[in-house]
Amino acid sequence: MKKLSSIAGLLLALATSSPGAAELLNASFDVARPFYKSYNTAFAAEWKRRSGSEPTLNVSHGGSSKQARAVIDGLEADVVTMNSPLDIDAIAASGLLAKDWQTRLPQASSPSWSTILFIVRKGNPKGIRDWSDLVKPGVKLVIPNPKTSGNGRYSYLAAWQYAKTRPGGNDDAAKAFVSKLFANVPVLDTGGRGATTTFAQRGVGDVLLTFENEIALIREEFAKDGFEVVVPSLTVRADNPVAVVDKVAAKHGSTELARAYLEYHYSPEAQALFAANGVRPADDKVLKANAARFPAVNVFTVEQGFGSWAQAQSVHFSDGGLFDQLFAKK
Amino acid sequence: MNHTVKDAAFLPFEPLKQTNSVINEPRLVRWLLIAAALGFLSLFLLLPLLSVFVEALRKGAGAYFAAFGDPETLASIKLTFIAAAIAVPLNLVFGLSAAWAITKFEFRGKQLLITCIDLPFSVSPVVAGLIFVLIFGAQGWAQPWFGDHIGKVLFSTPGIVLATIFVTFPFIARELIPLMQEQGTEDEQAALSLGATGWQTFTKVTLPNIKWALLYGVLLCNARAMGEFGAVSVVSGHIRGLTNTMPLHIEILYNEYQFVSAFAVASLLALLAMVTLAVKSFLEWRYADQLAATRRH
Repeated sequence: MKKLSSIAGLLLALATSSPGAAELLNASFDVARPFYKSYNTAFAAEWKRRSGSEPTLNVSHGGSSKQARAVIDGLEADVVTMNSPLDIDAIAASGLLAKDWQTRLPQASSPSWSTILFIVRKGNPKGIRDWSDLVKPGVKLVIPNPKTSGNGRYSYLAAWQYAKTRPGGNDDAAKAFVSKLFANVPVLDTGGRGATTTFAQRGVGDVLLTFENEIALIREEFAKDGFEVVVPSLTVRADNPVAVVDKVAAKHGSTELARAYLEYHYSPEAQALFAANGVRPADDKVLKANAARFPAVNVFTVEQGFGSWAQAQSVHFSDGGLFDQLFAKK
Repeated sequence: MNHTVKDAAFLPFEPLKQTNSVINEPRLVRWLLIAAALGFLSLFLLLPLLSVFVEALRKGAGAYFAAFGDPETLASIKLTFIAAAIAVPLNLVFGLSAAWAITKFEFRGKQLLITCIDLPFSVSPVVAGLIFVLIFGAQGWAQPWFGDHIGKVLFSTPGIVLATIFVTFPFIARELIPLMQEQGTEDEQAALSLGATGWQTFTKVTLPNIKWALLYGVLLCNARAMGEFGAVSVVSGHIRGLTNTMPLHIEILYNEYQFVSAFAVASLLALLAMVTLAVKSFLEWRYADQLAATRRH
């Protein structure tokens, strides 16, 4: 049946899409693939219960920013599910959806989140417990480039916020701390997966800073290496926002399906699916039920620490911004 | 060979000693050269190719064939064939007409036309893909009219076909032009002077003269059409089961740690290329005499 429908879908695409068919395209980020594989099955069953017909749910995965670029260039995605609000803001800036998209669904339109943790080598030989241990001489860190990757950006912001909120901390102290921290980074990979390879496969560095779900994957793929997780005293909440691309959905006549598709992310079933895939569900009850998988963390949001994503981006990561200045000094 | 010996008996002087080689390097040098060529070939070509099949069959034939049961994989195979089935015939017609025009007629701007045909060879496939994004993208100049009157091009099958046509454009024309240039126009002139029509001249004189080069061009064009990655990747949109060709699907599978599936599809792509080469070799062997005749021409 699935094979038939995919062939039918192909023919449909050939004969230009027919309006009115219950069909939807979700443009999503790379590592969300296993989650959406099970989510789409669950939602298709739910939609069939409600409307009586099976929807065709298509997905496209790629780097979050690359996907945003494709949607802006005309990839007709009815919904986008990204790992940074910046990418949906970029789509909104092109006029495809309203700028206030974050107010439409609960929790700033983010049904799931992840966070930046540390992963260290077996036995934690350098005794890493918190951010302050990362700036010690002789500790080598692996962090992907904050200019090109989401986890690099989050790691940088978390380090900044940690230094700033310590007793007697301020912007200058934060600047000095982050500068010292990045001086301990021997290589800056461009993406999260590249950083994983550098740390786990090539054996570079004492600590890798990356998303919790990536850490779960590393510990599974490289189980025999006995990597250990370190939860710092403060870290950042990385929301995975979702939004309907208004203009595309209106053109396809799929707005109702698209909205239902996103709302279902907040259902208990979907929240449990997030947890099963190593991503923290937005629902605290489901999160607590999976406490074994998700240790308690003290988190701040980018909005709390830096005003807004747009502000953080322009102050820290734009060309000639603070990150460039700190690195030029080196 | 017999020929030479028999004729030699009647010659008043001793004929030059015939060797079967124009070179007379010491045996050691020859062996070293052959070993170097073979070693290089196996190290850089055969070994990597073999490793694709080894990796694909790592978990046994069952897992290998199971990889082809996946609907997304089947859809990618189908899309690859569709793109090649449209691109190759179009390029066949174009390559023939271009080669015909260039070699049989004199006209202004001929050199420019030849240069233009070569353009897809020199332009990076990424740039080729971005050209179509600029034209047919949401912000592209042709899209407002196209979107209203014809339908979407980018991130769907038409875009993939267009990109494939673009990158495989020169293959057939490039095979034909040197041959047809060498052959000149005498045969056609003879045919015309004997009262043949233009079409008769083409089917009875030109086509038989060039059919080997044409076939070779089609095979090369087809191999590239199926294997193209860069340009197609830019215009695809990577919608699973809809706009992924085989090369794109292989990359996705590989990045998702599905090594057996990735290499199974890769082995199919490699097999298709090898079948192409085998067909070419078989035809060359089967029609060796005809082939020699055309070459001597």
